[in-house]
Amino acid sequence: MKLLKVVPDDTNIDFLRWRTWAFGISLLLMVASVGLVASKGLNFGVDFIGGQMIRATFTQSAAAPVTELRETVANLGYGDPTIQRFGAENQVSIRMKLPDGADKNPELANAMATKITDTLKAGHPDIRIDGVDSVSGKVSEELFSKGILALLAAMAGVSIYIWFRFEWQFGVGAIWSLLHDVTLTFGLFALTGWEFDLNIIAALLTIIGYSLNDTVVVYDRIRENLMKFRKMEMASLLNLSVNETLSRTVMTSVSISLPLIVLVLFGPDVIFGFSAAMAFGIVVGTYSSIYQAAPILIWLKVGSHSFVPTDEAGSKAERISEGFDS
Amino acid sequence: MLDFPRWRVWMLNTLIILGVLFAIPSVLPTHIRAQLAQFVPTPTINLGLDLAGGSHILLEADTSQLAETRLEALEDSVRTAMRRAEPRIAISDVSRANGQLSFTVDSPTQVDAAREALLPLTSNATGGRDWNIGVNDGNRMILTPAGAGDETALDQAMDTAKDVIDRRINALGTLEPTIIRQGDNRIVVQVPGLDDPEALKALIGKTAKLEFKLVDEQADPDQTAQGKARVGSQVLPYPDNPSGLPTIAVRRLGGISGDKLVKADPTFDSQTNEPAVTIQFDSEGGQKFARMTQQNVNKLFAIVLDGQVISAPQIREPIFGGVSQISGSFTTESANALSISLRSGALPVDLKIVEERSVGPDLGADSIRRGILAAVIGTTAILVLMFLVYGRFGMYANFALVINVAMILGVMAFANATLTLPGIAGFVLTIGAAVDANVLINERIREELKRGRRVVQAIEVGYKEASRAIFDANSTNVIAAVLLFIFGSGPIRGFAVVLMIGIVTSVFTAVTITRMWVSRWVKRTRPHELTI
Repeated sequence: MKLLKVVPDDTNIDFLRWRTWAFGISLLLMVASVGLVASKGLNFGVDFIGGQMIRATFTQSAAAPVTELRETVANLGYGDPTIQRFGAENQVSIRMKLPDGADKNPELANAMATKITDTLKAGHPDIRIDGVDSVSGKVSEELFSKGILALLAAMAGVSIYIWFRFEWQFGVGAIWSLLHDVTLTFGLFALTGWEFDLNIIAALLTIIGYSLNDTVVVYDRIRENLMKFRKMEMASLLNLSVNETLSRTVMTSVSISLPLIVLVLFGPDVIFGFSAAMAFGIVVGTYSSIYQAAPILIWLKVGSHSFVPTDEAGSKAERISEGFDS
Repeated sequence: MLDFPRWRVWMLNTLIILGVLFAIPSVLPTHIRAQLAQFVPTPTINLGLDLAGGSHILLEADTSQLAETRLEALEDSVRTAMRRAEPRIAISDVSRANGQLSFTVDSPTQVDAAREALLPLTSNATGGRDWNIGVNDGNRMILTPAGAGDETALDQAMDTAKDVIDRRINALGTLEPTIIRQGDNRIVVQVPGLDDPEALKALIGKTAKLEFKLVDEQADPDQTAQGKARVGSQVLPYPDNPSGLPTIAVRRLGGISGDKLVKADPTFDSQTNEPAVTIQFDSEGGQKFARMTQQNVNKLFAIVLDGQVISAPQIREPIFGGVSQISGSFTTESANALSISLRSGALPVDLKIVEERSVGPDLGADSIRRGILAAVIGTTAILVLMFLVYGRFGMYANFALVINVAMILGVMAFANATLTLPGIAGFVLTIGAAVDANVLINERIREELKRGRRVVQAIEVGYKEASRAIFDANSTNVIAAVLLFIFGSGPIRGFAVVLMIGIVTSVFTAVTITRMWVSRWVKRTRPHELTI
């Protein structure tokens, strides 16, 4: 049987030739992302800013009457709602700030939810209330700080591991490319205004995990080649490593993108933002392993002096691979 | 490296079969699973509320009020103890200011007697001190909370509160609530399938009713079984009735209300050394209880909680002084359970809702249906691609991938874990890692073949060289998962748990299992050429 080849044999693409350009563009995008987040802000869900969110579907309508809803809810006297379509045209989320004093007296939040849903049901017989989330300010602050802490701890932890297993430059490269991926994803969310909630943190963690996996594979080949070709110039060595792992990179990214693209297209609407974030992250993560994590090694002066097989390092590497084999 | 001793093949196959077996109940339709459950245990994965629909409520205790309640209870029992002392100790100027209880013993000569009487009130079941006793100006007694007293009280109050909530939700019937304590002063209540939490919230807010009633021993068991009672009696449910009947008839009048109960603790009978429960009434309840027991020695009385009889012990002797012991066929556990139940008349602390989420069943069902569809399409696409690109070795990888999914489900079912939306993200990541591991191995074998190595050697080197990258990549994921579990909150932990399970099974199936299959194929056919 003739097998399919996703990438032709013996590619020799000069990836690193565009490294300065790529780095510049990435830097620009990162700055733009930070700027977007700072100016436009993220569309935080109630998980992170507290408040109440009611999700509803208008089962008989093609599209939800957003303008009318906004007026109806605002007229109830609880303040202006944030109303958004999500997924299908006939699904909306209505977000409200919790009424004053709700922290002390949860009945107030309760009364507000009941009032809003009752009014909506009265005006729209075809409405289906899909969910009500009510998060107090105290809990949302905790969720936010814990989420960010978990994200930072995971990034720091894996970078330290890479520093120990490779060289310090590799640790810096890894954390830089993670930072790159996470920043761009934040930028995407600021740009599109997709809701940013706890699930998106899980998506970010997946992106970190994948991007890191990719970076480690490229780094592993660089390490191997550094020990093999002591005299080779660094840029060519990186190119060689990227080319050698190219078919694996393409094959893996394609494999993982497949279910994610299906999820974005056909998956549940509730997780659209979540699936889209992951699909975006896979692309960015693959790119950053080649154009961020690898060239950084040149600028950080990794070269033939790295991974000199002293007795200690040599025997250490041997032991680990043997231990894993058995 | 391609050498697999027979015992290892056996061990690996056993692990695979175990993993797959545990996964089966979770993927069966509900009615088939219910039938199967009659014959074998069927551990199942729980679906999180975001997937299955239901209500989630996070309650937080108001701790400031707890200290005040404790002081009030202490004052009550101190007054009773002083009045009941022989000779009676007169006290005055009782104050609960500054979080401590202070009072003046009118006659300085009785200070020692007062201290003696206070000792049992101020120590706890394990012999430690709940309150420190101090004396000022000769006859002013001051009781201050001892170091761990408040914490223990909070801990106990939260346990009781959890039990009260549990009991009340179970009264709703068929729901399967999860009620867990979180941190020091929080309780999470999750009820799958309940999309309108109003009833639930009303229930948590209500006060439970505890009563002590006399059992109607003249009642005809047949009549009772039919739910009919004589005049002046009523039939109440009694699930733990030793007679086997699920009901019991009790007298309507002559009972005592549970708000007269001050304390209930598990203990051991001083004579028989069997587990028992001590209960203590306030002065009014104590007198009533004394009258009731005096007139009904050797009869049964029923302990009724929320209209349901939880125990019906025999009155062995008249009980004076408000303290009595319920003994009978208790085990240490059941004595403890009963004392919790007795304490759980009312919520011991004020609980307020700090977080509330509900997901409608339609949305949840829709999410699952479309999620499964997407997963099936996506996975099929991966399987086809792997086969087209790597042929035979792609098929090995595919079988390994299917087993991997089954094993993750199996381990989760075994651990009775909950699958949530973030958990699915973890799933995607580990499946990605498993596919990547096989891609790495197969690409490396391809490379080694191109370099002119012979088939067996290429396979051997391929596995060995690829393993290093696989090891590093998965180690970083393990580190991330552990850190996420430590620092993350609920949903993030759900992600971390799936990731940890998935990494182990991914490496196991994608590396070890495929290598076993490859090595058997190599041994059998001794290939000189390999298309990969």
